[in-house]
Amino acid sequence: MNGTLEPLFFWLISAVIVLSALAVVFMKNIVHSALFLIVTFVGMAGIYALLQADFIAAVQILVYAGAIAILIVFAVMLTRRGDIRASNPFNGYAIIASLACLAFLVVTVSMIFNSGFEIVESVGKSVVEPLAIAMMGDFVISFEVAALLLLEALVGAIILARGVKKEQ
Amino acid sequence: MITIYHYLLLGAVLFSIGLYGAVSKKNAIAVLMGIELMLNSVNINLVAFNRFLTPDAVTGFIFTIFVIVVAAAEVAVALALVVKVYRERLTSNVDEIDWLKW
Repeated sequence: MNGTLEPLFFWLISAVIVLSALAVVFMKNIVHSALFLIVTFVGMAGIYALLQADFIAAVQILVYAGAIAILIVFAVMLTRRGDIRASNPFNGYAIIASLACLAFLVVTVSMIFNSGFEIVESVGKSVVEPLAIAMMGDFVISFEVAALLLLEALVGAIILARGVKKEQ
Repeated sequence: MITIYHYLLLGAVLFSIGLYGAVSKKNAIAVLMGIELMLNSVNINLVAFNRFLTPDAVTGFIFTIFVIVVAAAEVAVALALVVKVYRERLTSNVDEIDWLKW
């Protein structure tokens, strides 16, 4: 990444992500919230590209912006009831929750600034090849467990949503 | 110059926004959106740690991929549950889903 352009891209993408994340929470129409969620996911893929994690950026676009966002939009469509313009209300804890989240943010930020990280300078390089070697080497058990988990989630989601037929 | 602190701050801000969405919304799907935001901000932290602290290892990237896998499984099952509950009770309001309340 060009050193002079990196801050510009970072602040631009960060502004887009934070504003659209706020829109996800504060939009009154839940369909608009879901669409701003897609903007947030695509912006995060841009952040991964800035961090020179090319494979993670591609996976982010494929899985989050492609699959999860569509799944959420479908769930909104299947559970719509009443006025869609006021379909995303706050519950009774909105003010307490905002205070708690602000306190959490303050604590986290102070912890970040009190932690001394030793930065290791490096040249950016593609992560696909070392990632594949690590995935099939050191992390092969977790890789297989993740495959099983996805299969379980697939079967579980189908059975939950469709129901089980009673035997005659 | 963009350092690791910028990325960690971005992750902290996004996590707080997601936490606020998860605890303060009525609609179960909006709660899930908040949880997705929180998982994503954690991923930003992991990738930034990997890139700035241990650039020769790929552990952070592997963790990010597993977080994405678990998030995909979680959102699939959770949305199936929301659709199922909606069929039984005609609501997706988390305040009204109180079958387990004694």
